[in-house]
Amino acid sequence: MSQSSTEVARQSKPEDGGTYTTSVGVRHGFDRIFTLLLLVATCVGLVVLAVLLVDVALDGVPELDWQFITNFPSVIPEKAGILPALVGSLWLLALTSLFSVPLGIGAAVYLEEYAPDNWLTRLIEVNISNLAGVPSIVYGLLALGVFVQLLGGLTGGRSILSGSLALSLLILPIIIIATREALRTIPDTVREGGYALGATQWEVIRGHLLPMALPGALTGVILALSRAIGETAPLIVVGAAAYVTFLPAGPRDRFTAMPILIFDWVREAQEEYQLLAAAGIVVLMGVLILTNSFAIWLRNRYQRRY
Amino acid sequence: MAGASGERGRTGGKPSEDGSTLGMKIEQLSAFYGDFKALTDVSMDIQANKVTALIGPSGCGKSTYIRCLNRMHEVIPGAHAEGHVRLGDEDIYDKSMDPVKIRRRIGMVFQKPNPFSKSIYENVAWGARINGYKGDMAELVERSLKQAALWEEVKDRLKASGLGLSGGQQQRLCIARTLAVEPEVILMDEPASALDPVSTQKIEDTMEQLKQSYTVVIVTHNMQQAARISDYTGFFYIENMGDPGRLWEFDETEKMFSNPDRKETEDYVTGRFG
Repeated sequence: MSQSSTEVARQSKPEDGGTYTTSVGVRHGFDRIFTLLLLVATCVGLVVLAVLLVDVALDGVPELDWQFITNFPSVIPEKAGILPALVGSLWLLALTSLFSVPLGIGAAVYLEEYAPDNWLTRLIEVNISNLAGVPSIVYGLLALGVFVQLLGGLTGGRSILSGSLALSLLILPIIIIATREALRTIPDTVREGGYALGATQWEVIRGHLLPMALPGALTGVILALSRAIGETAPLIVVGAAAYVTFLPAGPRDRFTAMPILIFDWVREAQEEYQLLAAAGIVVLMGVLILTNSFAIWLRNRYQRRY
Repeated sequence: MAGASGERGRTGGKPSEDGSTLGMKIEQLSAFYGDFKALTDVSMDIQANKVTALIGPSGCGKSTYIRCLNRMHEVIPGAHAEGHVRLGDEDIYDKSMDPVKIRRRIGMVFQKPNPFSKSIYENVAWGARINGYKGDMAELVERSLKQAALWEEVKDRLKASGLGLSGGQQQRLCIARTLAVEPEVILMDEPASALDPVSTQKIEDTMEQLKQSYTVVIVTHNMQQAARISDYTGFFYIENMGDPGRLWEFDETEKMFSNPDRKETEDYVTGRFG
């Protein structure tokens, strides 16, 4: 019986008389099927996203002009603009970053590098994972009770400060988890190398661990801020209005935000308001892309180093 | 002459004129991982300006021992050591001693090269900088790289990443950064075991130079290496599995390899068991 040398590796005689199937055609077939299925799964997500974006852009971009960005909302659709909402969202983005990024990265460094491995630490870890899944409106209610009512004197009540504190709490777990993962991927040999030179723990963290963890941490920050900028429910609960006639001048002022204004426009019956909403979405996406690009640039700068 | 609680390191930025440094005296050192006793009652005199090699079969506590000498052992959670380890006349395990200061005076090179994710220059400079080095940093970096026999190969690319070097070069970079903080003792945990023969030879040549200014302790699995480069040798051994390791015999290298006192030592150095 002759067989080509690629078909049979060796004429072995296993004790139980078992054999191997030589044909791999079926196995290659499954390989191809699953590759195709995975590709389809990816494409479905991308195609749906593309369709949504294109649809919004087609409706919204024609409405987009300088007037739209600089006008206040109005009962007359032609004169309506998004200015106070844009400014409000930018304020929220700035304050939320200010609170959540240092707190999130700091908490992650503490949990990963300093905290002893005991029941308390594990309890904290479990709770942070759980907090990541809490619905955003719950954070809104928490902020209403604590920041708006209890600490109203400090925060100015239904203010940007209260809103950004609510958002910070919301996105904090995302930043903590991403930063912890980044720190975990750093092998202990790096820490040992630092200690062996007579460095303190903080010197090792600041000199080596934080720079090495920064790309991962910034990815977490990007995801977190992207979420924050689109959140509507907690801001409504905290008391953001839809139609405001002024621009907020400070963190203790009342405010509105883009998702809220868009939401309000979408609910109007008239066709013109639908187009305004689409334009608002385009502006929102624009701010999001700008913020993300900055964070990605920052991440690349640290990644390219070594 | 004596510094307070580990302050004394070398001053002036250069090895002392006569090359003298400190030796170490270990008394009844035992090491634990949690409840497990890995090492028991080791006592040893490490001579200044000499190379002391530590040999023995795998798992008898050589690496644990050497990590106790600069208090790196206790960095592992749950690990601790008991006993006395004197650098000169100061016990580094004394309550008043700061491990951070100790580790600068007793440096360590690890088995697998672990340069930092930074430039070659920064790899050498970082340790010196955090220890408050005031002086010409570029000159210190150059001097350290020359002592580690790496300068010629990297002098034109000091800004390149330390991780881009070959294994042997990375290990010499690790030696250079250890030298930059001017320790008195240099501990090496199997520094050449992950390297090719040419790199190993370069590292051994470096050690010959280093002992003129530093005290060197090296753990090695390579007996020929121990016989070649060391002045004193310590043989570690475990009788039964699960026992703590102990120092079986310690003597001048010549005697250890030609006419040791104990049978197990002789069996090991002649290769009757590995």
